[in-house]
Amino acid sequence: MCTVCGCGGHSVEDAFRAHLEKTGQAGAPLAAHPAPLQSVAIPALGGALHDHGHAHAGHDIHLGHGPAGTEVPGMSQQRLIEIETDILSKNDAFAARNRAAITARHAFATNLVSSPGSGKTTLLCRTIEMLGEVPLAVIEGDQQTTNDADRIRATGAAAIQVNTGKGCHLDGRMVEAALARLGLPEGAFLFIENVGNLVCPAAFDLGEDAKVAILSVTEGEDKPLKYPDMFAAAGLAILNKVDLAPYCDVDLDLYEANVKRVNPAIEVLRVSARTGEGMQAWLDWLRAGLARKGA
Amino acid sequence: MHEMSIAEGIRDVIEDAARANGFSRVTRVRLEIGRFAGVETEALDFAFDVVMRGSVAEGATLEVIELPGKALCYDCGAAVEIRHRLDPCPECGGGKLLVQGGEEMRIKDLEVL
Repeated sequence: MCTVCGCGGHSVEDAFRAHLEKTGQAGAPLAAHPAPLQSVAIPALGGALHDHGHAHAGHDIHLGHGPAGTEVPGMSQQRLIEIETDILSKNDAFAARNRAAITARHAFATNLVSSPGSGKTTLLCRTIEMLGEVPLAVIEGDQQTTNDADRIRATGAAAIQVNTGKGCHLDGRMVEAALARLGLPEGAFLFIENVGNLVCPAAFDLGEDAKVAILSVTEGEDKPLKYPDMFAAAGLAILNKVDLAPYCDVDLDLYEANVKRVNPAIEVLRVSARTGEGMQAWLDWLRAGLARKGA
Repeated sequence: MHEMSIAEGIRDVIEDAARANGFSRVTRVRLEIGRFAGVETEALDFAFDVVMRGSVAEGATLEVIELPGKALCYDCGAAVEIRHRLDPCPECGGGKLLVQGGEEMRIKDLEVL
């Protein structure tokens, strides 16, 4: 087969005959395979000269041999470079390194995401108290202040604050830097409390085992529908502050139905970090996750 | 509003490609963005112009190819295309759809000098 134009069959003779037919020279005897003609190279198409041992009529246009190996109408071939790379591939590479480091330690990492004020830090403090003497580490993401890391450290746990300045989310690089300073104990729970933001953190993998979306009952039942990306990306949703439900005219079943409408595969837990309601189920979920990591 | 971070991601990838392929100027960037990627094209356009300043892609045209949203219906099992994340299944009208495509955020190709 002619490797330039793809004409012809499997044997050399078949190939040549087919090629002659195609190029209108079928009458020519086989023995008279002429000396190689040069195809016209069309610079704009990136067609290189080729000198394989059979005749090409001088007008062939061979597409797909430029630097890009493809053709796109309206784009000049020689200048087209196929990238096919995920835009967040750099972040994903950091996340993959983090995930490998976390797995090597048999640790279980959760990325806690929610809008500001859903009670992430209170939930985390309560969780740390109830887990008792287990290895754990906390990365706190905010735009400003070390308030949250201070609250976590007050429980006796190791915590590091990452202030993003103007940034609306943590990214893989920040978590790698935090892990390098924090030191992750073997078999630990790693809690990464993301910047309070129900939109942006959904897109940035940090290397966690699961995203946990926290939604407090005061936020409104339609929040999962208004901000679906976060709930679609999460493996677990915690409906927090359920102790306030009687005062807020909210329908907890509707909350749960809306979360599941966005993500049918998500688990939902009803929790009050303040009263301790539902906390046991959350701890069980965490311990099961850690057990899966082989600690 | 993380279009700025996305634009920075694009710049990172372009600069790597410039080193690998030896080009010094990008005139056009084509992206493939899924319907559910959460990217606001107008905001990205703005961020792109700002972030590319001083790079090989300064002044480049940004072109976005939208990829369809795809989902699997938990009720009827059909693989369907949907326009919005919360659309009902076009086959059976069911409301439980697991999104399986449309979250892509890729740089497809570059036109370079």
